[in-house]
Amino acid sequence: MNRIDKTFKELRQSETCAFMPYLCAGDPSPELTPDLLLTLEDSGADLIELGVPFSDPIADGPTVQRASERALTHNISLERILDMVYSIRQKTEIPIALMSYYNPIFSMGESSFCKAAQEAGVDGVIVPDLPPEEGGPLLEVAPKYNICTIFLVAPTSSSNRMELIGSVSTGFIYCVSLTGVTGVRATLSDEITPMITELREHTDKPVGVGFGVSTPEHARQVSKIADGVIVGSAIVNVVEDNMHNKEQLLKSVKQFASELSEGVKSD
Amino acid sequence: MEQLPDVTGHFGQFGGRYVPETLMPALLELEEAYTSLKDNAEFQNEFQYYLSEYVGRPNPLYFAERLTDHLNGAKIYLKREDLNHTGAHKINSAIGQILLARWMGKKRIIAETGAGQHGVATATVAAKFDMECEVYMGEEDIERQSLNVFRMQLMGAKVIPVNSGSRTLKDAINACFRDWVTNVRTTYMLLGSVVGAHPYPMIVRDFQSVIGTEARTQILEQTGDLPDCVVACVGGGSNSLGMFYPFFHDESVELIGVEAAGESIISGRHAAPLTAGSVGVFHGAKCYLLQENDGQITPAHSISAGLDYPGVGPEHSYYREIGRAEYVPITDQQAVEGFQLLSETEGIIPALESAHAIAYLRELAPKLGKDKTILVCLSGRGDKDVNTIAKELGISL
Repeated sequence: MNRIDKTFKELRQSETCAFMPYLCAGDPSPELTPDLLLTLEDSGADLIELGVPFSDPIADGPTVQRASERALTHNISLERILDMVYSIRQKTEIPIALMSYYNPIFSMGESSFCKAAQEAGVDGVIVPDLPPEEGGPLLEVAPKYNICTIFLVAPTSSSNRMELIGSVSTGFIYCVSLTGVTGVRATLSDEITPMITELREHTDKPVGVGFGVSTPEHARQVSKIADGVIVGSAIVNVVEDNMHNKEQLLKSVKQFASELSEGVKSD
Repeated sequence: MEQLPDVTGHFGQFGGRYVPETLMPALLELEEAYTSLKDNAEFQNEFQYYLSEYVGRPNPLYFAERLTDHLNGAKIYLKREDLNHTGAHKINSAIGQILLARWMGKKRIIAETGAGQHGVATATVAAKFDMECEVYMGEEDIERQSLNVFRMQLMGAKVIPVNSGSRTLKDAINACFRDWVTNVRTTYMLLGSVVGAHPYPMIVRDFQSVIGTEARTQILEQTGDLPDCVVACVGGGSNSLGMFYPFFHDESVELIGVEAAGESIISGRHAAPLTAGSVGVFHGAKCYLLQENDGQITPAHSISAGLDYPGVGPEHSYYREIGRAEYVPITDQQAVEGFQLLSETEGIIPALESAHAIAYLRELAPKLGKDKTILVCLSGRGDKDVNTIAKELGISL
């Protein structure tokens, strides 16, 4: 069984919500990514969303844009990230989903990518600029290599689209909480509850909520209605603020991620 | 007859809709609105009215006699898009799209711009139709096109500098997409070229096809025959596609797109994806583009801000693949020479973008010979580029 499916199955049995932090691979440097990833696991993460930096991240706000630019200065590539996951996999069984724009995957070839991802120990892939309509080639090969295809639902998605997205997604469905790009927000979007309510009419697959979820209190609120809470930019900000001191970096990330995890797991 | 694009928005393997889910419903809404208005007589009359009374169409097809004599070859006819209101072809699609936005009930317009011509065209129609307008422009382009920045501001548009990435057109488009993702319910994204996700490449092509439709009629009137070659510059590819599309089924007519070879193709510092790029997915569509082996986008380089773009429209990508059009590179240096050539022989100062097409005539016209005819799209006027040219020639103004 795929690690993502296994994790959600176990969490459902214990009626707890998943904490799914995001990390941009190679930020602030490729050497620190394994340590950061394992630190997030130690802090209570149930799944890691590992970002593949891209030169033109149209769905990302300034925080992830800067992280991507930092990572790209180290010549990070999808191939190197798969190597990185392979070595991390020797130390952990935590589910890892790659979040990559489509062109790096297309450039490698969907089939080669899925094969290499499986060999590296990747469990799923999230492609923010790939709607189901264009997802044919990826959907055709991903199941052969046991890679979950996690599609996104947005507040603007119609009921028909929710049904379509629910039917092609495996592992979980990524619910974009707001109309906008990734980034820290002061308040939670009020579109989350109606969106999840409608989505659940079409699917019983797990639902993770991301974009704008920024604080332990946000995490607590989202955990009441979702199966997973995704926090990205707020964590990347902590990485950015502490990137010049490794010890401080890992300590700060651990503290913040633990608070987020407590928020997710609180009753 | 083959329908381009097909019902899913593809031109062969190219095009499509590679965008965040948030935008998918908006693209579907836009496609539906456009499809219904395309055959709506009232909408089309309105579009034609503004093209004639506000833009000044039809503009002339001009026989460039001295240029023809100078090059001692095929007869050269210039389609004078430079004579449009605002000085370039961009206004054609800006008028069409703002009318579309108005029919859709949108109140706010956003646009990206490279050279500033599309930004100016958008600011113009936004002023005319009383809509809020914000234009994203790379910082590097703001520096080299300060005149156009001021023109936009004079007409009430807000110009937003983009300082990420290469600080040029591609980054302005990124910023525009991010704005649209955020404000999609109230905002119309007025794209300036035949790029982006379906239905944009089709909509912009249709509105720009007035160029080729007029030119085809005019050249038949003036010469009694179709041209042998149609030549236009290609950045994203809107003036060229507007020119080519009405000739698509005229098999005797050779279509030639001129790309920006920048410093040179071999240097890698160019903007010629159809000449030296590969297939990928960028800004919402599958197309030829400049990219690294690992799928990261390579910044483009061209002396002309309007051609300084690493991707190209999906329909051009398709024309290249099926061999319907040929694409050739012209360097910065050659473009400057083309700029001077047209200025000196015809008293017409072309935009640096259009100067790429002019420059290619030096090779093409003599090669074809005197009994042949070339139709060239003179996509814009060159006032905006005189500072760049002066700098290039080592002259301080």
